[in-house]
Amino acid sequence: MPRENKIVIKDFNFYYQSLQALRDINLDIRSKEIFAIFGPARGGKTTLLKSLNRLTDLIFGSSHTGAILLDGIDIYDPKISLTHLRRRIGMVFDLPTPLPMSIFDNVAYGPKLSGKTKKCLNEIIEKALRSAVLWEEVKDRLHTSALRLSGGQQQRLCIARVLALEPEVLLLDEPCSGLDPISTASIEKTLGQLKKEYTIILVPHNIQQASRVADRAGFFLNGELIEEGPVYQIFTKPRDKRTENYITGRFG
Amino acid sequence: MRVNRNRYLTQSIAKIFIWISALSTIGVMILILFQILSKGLPILSLQFFLDSPRSMGREGGIFTTIIGTFALILVAILFSVPLGVGTAVFLREYTRESRISRIIRFGTDCLAGVPSIIFGLFGFAFFVIFLNMGWSILSGGLTLAAMNLPVIISTTEEAIKAIPYSYREVSYSLGGTKWQTVTRAVLPSALPGIFTGIILEVGRSIGETASVILTAGSSLVMPNSLFSPIRTMSVHFYILAREGLSMDMAYGTGAALILLVLMINTTAHWLLNRYIRHRV
Repeated sequence: MPRENKIVIKDFNFYYQSLQALRDINLDIRSKEIFAIFGPARGGKTTLLKSLNRLTDLIFGSSHTGAILLDGIDIYDPKISLTHLRRRIGMVFDLPTPLPMSIFDNVAYGPKLSGKTKKCLNEIIEKALRSAVLWEEVKDRLHTSALRLSGGQQQRLCIARVLALEPEVLLLDEPCSGLDPISTASIEKTLGQLKKEYTIILVPHNIQQASRVADRAGFFLNGELIEEGPVYQIFTKPRDKRTENYITGRFG
Repeated sequence: MRVNRNRYLTQSIAKIFIWISALSTIGVMILILFQILSKGLPILSLQFFLDSPRSMGREGGIFTTIIGTFALILVAILFSVPLGVGTAVFLREYTRESRISRIIRFGTDCLAGVPSIIFGLFGFAFFVIFLNMGWSILSGGLTLAAMNLPVIISTTEEAIKAIPYSYREVSYSLGGTKWQTVTRAVLPSALPGIFTGIILEVGRSIGETASVILTAGSSLVMPNSLFSPIRTMSVHFYILAREGLSMDMAYGTGAALILLVLMINTTAHWLLNRYIRHRV
């Protein structure tokens, strides 16, 4: 069953001052799929993710051409509310980034920003922690510091923190880098659950992870989207020689 | 072999030197404390703290000067902390490194090097005379605030600089505005640094005499408003000793001053530790 496009990227170019980080990207992300963006370092993967929720706005001297549509509306439209956009498109970074406060306050951070009252917070937080498969481990110590959690727990906390905002799209930038295989497995399991409700764009930390969790994938090299397609096709019958070389380990 | 022996020689000389410097520092500190406390502690009593000075301070206690000290410091903190923290936030979060931020930073660095008596003179000319506030808690407090502004700005700036970029990125990515990011993700983590600045300010303000006499006066009458003149403990100590009124009372005031500073520092550290423990 063909699904509607959640995000449409059209002729998108991105520049850090004079350095071009993305070249003519054209890509559609479908609703409620896991799309993996993979490729060697400095290929523009993180830049693309951060362009999607406009975190790149924070970088001085950056500019872009082209358009990114979320549900058909240009996210770079000056009339759009930036804070609202970022609540709809949540992001988890490549290293766990708990804020130095309690587990509860970390998850409550986003909802509190939008003025959620104390009363409904408990419910939101339990739901978010359950969705991130962390609730059972932390339910008895919600008010201890988040910095005391293990790396894998911290990363799932960051996922819960994003889920507490009930976004529509999740951007995950190598969420398993720096994690052991057990933590990685539990996060991948979490992703499988989340797919039912969210559109997920994932930068996997290796090709195997992409093939384990993603529905479709795109190969990025030096700021260009070389090819995209269903995961089974990309990893078994890549159309482009460069994709094949990367997947088979000739470079990267 | 020779080289080896030389190395060991250097090593032991260095060790001796480092021990001597550490011990003599502690020694000097103990000497000063002993000098003041041995002459001052016998004077101290509950009466000494709670009685107002009589006959120019030759008799009675130091109650009004304690009140004066606290009032002055409170006013100084009340004005300098919001202004200083605001400036630091502006420099670190609201502007990029530019001509304006460099000029402001150069200005505060210069101010930090200005002798305190110059601030006293400024306070006297501006607050006391020009704004017609007279010798008062307000004039003195504002003068001390101006004097300590550079300290608050630079300690706050250092504290903000040390906060990981990721805290800001997380806050923005969760839909935070700039103001929310500054007040909820940045400043709470910078609070220990800001606190250090406040403690430095308190220490400097407590010890200040010349500029305080010029701006807050040296009245021994109990103040009843922000426009009342006051005498701080340091000024009291100075006048008692300088005018030869009573060395005993002077040492008593000195001992009380040391105890006060000790109390403020311990309380501040206790509060700070409690705060940090809740976060990590």
